[in-house]
Amino acid sequence: MLVAIASGKGGTGKTTVAAALAAVWGQALLRPLTVVDLDVEEPNLHLFLRPVIRRAETACLEIPVVADPAACSDCGACRELCQFGAITVMAGKPLVFPEMCHGCGGCLAVCPTGSLTAGSRELGRIEEGTTGLADYLAGRLRIGESQSPPLIRAVLRRLAAVADPEGDVILDAPPGVSCPAMTSVAAADVIVLVAEPTPFGIHDFLLAVEAFTPLGKPMAVVVNRSSDGTPQLLDLCREHGLPVLAAIADDRAVAETYARGGLLPDVGAHYRAVCHELARSITVFAGETAHA
Amino acid sequence: MSKKIAVSSEGPTLSDAVDPRFGRAAGFVIVDDAGTTQYLDNGGSQAMAHGAGIEAARRIAEAGATVLLSGVVGPKAASALAAAGVAVVEGMESLTVGEAVAQYRAGQDA
Amino acid sequence: MREIVILSGKGGAGKTSVTAAFAALAQNAVLCDLDVDAPDLHILLEPAGTIREAFVAGHLASVRPEACDGCGECARRCRYGAVAQTPEGHYAVNTGHCEGCKVCVALCPRQAIDFTPRTCGFSAVSDTRFGPLVHARLDPGAENSGRLVALLRSKAKALAKARGLDFIISDGAPGIACPVVSSLSGATLAVLVTEPTPSGTHDLTRVAKLCDHFRLPSAVIINKADLNAHEAARIEDFCADTGRPIIGRLPYSPDVVRAMTARRTLPEYGGPLAEALAELWQSVAALAAAPVRPQPQRQPL
Repeated sequence: MLVAIASGKGGTGKTTVAAALAAVWGQALLRPLTVVDLDVEEPNLHLFLRPVIRRAETACLEIPVVADPAACSDCGACRELCQFGAITVMAGKPLVFPEMCHGCGGCLAVCPTGSLTAGSRELGRIEEGTTGLADYLAGRLRIGESQSPPLIRAVLRRLAAVADPEGDVILDAPPGVSCPAMTSVAAADVIVLVAEPTPFGIHDFLLAVEAFTPLGKPMAVVVNRSSDGTPQLLDLCREHGLPVLAAIADDRAVAETYARGGLLPDVGAHYRAVCHELARSITVFAGETAHA
Repeated sequence: MSKKIAVSSEGPTLSDAVDPRFGRAAGFVIVDDAGTTQYLDNGGSQAMAHGAGIEAARRIAEAGATVLLSGVVGPKAASALAAAGVAVVEGMESLTVGEAVAQYRAGQDA
Repeated sequence: MREIVILSGKGGAGKTSVTAAFAALAQNAVLCDLDVDAPDLHILLEPAGTIREAFVAGHLASVRPEACDGCGECARRCRYGAVAQTPEGHYAVNTGHCEGCKVCVALCPRQAIDFTPRTCGFSAVSDTRFGPLVHARLDPGAENSGRLVALLRSKAKALAKARGLDFIISDGAPGIACPVVSSLSGATLAVLVTEPTPSGTHDLTRVAKLCDHFRLPSAVIINKADLNAHEAARIEDFCADTGRPIIGRLPYSPDVVRAMTARRTLPEYGGPLAEALAELWQSVAALAAAPVRPQPQRQPL
């Protein structure tokens, strides 16, 4: 079972929930877990889970490089096909703008001469290791790289290669509803939306519900920093038929634990119980919807 | 060979203002040594999602210009212009096209 | 005209609350919400008289089933996994995954694939009680967020010029990719809002490096500054080491959520945060107006 922890708004506690689940999953469910940080622009899980990294690799995007400028026949086919302004022909020679390239391979396919060949651009790093309680996998976007979905796809390919088929996966998805978030959430079996009952949080929660509903995946909600706005949020969940699996209080002790790099179950016995219960209710929810 | 100067421009004549933008300039006035002008409309760039500067560079190079006078030229357009052997002079945005060309020529003669 | 972009790297650090406060304090600014994926500024600014415009950028491929002979070349060529065979035996494009690269269109042996302009959302200009607001919304999963950000910035600049306003104050997107990169080039000053947590510190360093990469001067606000003294010290060290001014510290306060719930900016809501933000805005305006601003060196990343 692949569970994506997502949120419309950043900072609602997505990483807090993902890290908390990673910490209790094995104990609560007696099943192996891989926890994956797909928030590759700002990966934060490692700050809380402190994994030991056993393997790291550079992830690359295939882009064109000019192998033989003299071979160019100046036909312009590459320039005409490229939708991203990443290649042109100047003074009879191809000119590539590597950072603009989306790696579609079109120019390489249409070039009638041997002028272009496949090269690569570094997207970032993929790290693998263990937190002691779960296997750990994460992507980390290179600073200055503007496209995150190719790296997210590379991490997901790696996950498919290494994850224990008998085990579960928790994905910490990027916030929002744009391509990086959609790419991540689309890979999951179950979506858990973390929402905050503030005007910003509720607004962005509704954006996420609108964006993710068409994917047709079972979706449930965790309310974080529960406060005066919670009844409104709960009404909206009912309206959209989304079960609420847990509510975490707006508690300065939680914020302070997070600020120290601590985990939610470490705040106290009450929170430990909340996390165990959440892990169990996610599997029950996933099972129910799978058999429904 | 006649040397052609391209100027990013808000309109087609020598008395129009230099457009401070390059890739998304309204157009380009191209002036040769005899003072003959030609206008390349660049309105199509507004609809381009990517690479307006690169495409503009290609068009002025194709028109035979070897010098570009503009306001600010982005890094990608600059490398495209360099690849085409077009020299770039920036910071001409407060002038008219005619003044920019005169100022450039005065600098060359000095 | 000075263009100030508020960024945070990490979501939830208080970027939009700070932006809205500056909007209330500036008096002479065009306001701009560059978080086109999940825009929130309008919630506090309550725009009216909105004029919307469809945002059309890029294209989408779609297979004409009657022209498709099921050869599968499109699916083999697509690098985004966006083309798959249907039960009927022809191929179809999953628009959610289509990158708009045109490869399938160009290489289809039967020319059976159409390529149509894609509406990705809308851009809008509105009036608010603090001045004009340029905002937008990108459709879920839509591409071209960077292009939409560039469009909003050019609209904001044109408005500031037309109305003689001194500042553009922009709420940036979280993260460090497309929309953020697009919001940086040519701006005057980035204000980085962070919080003293491991993620706050970590994400600040990444977005700060991105600003340096684009040679954009940046200054830091530590929000919820009293949450963790150790992390706050780490942020201070990072700023000192990289020559980045810390222009203010705001305490952890329930007033932020209370003001938001009342649909008021913090200066309107009042209290200690309002005073602190008024001072902060003075510092930001002074930094943005400084004739010679420190230019960070472009560093290899």
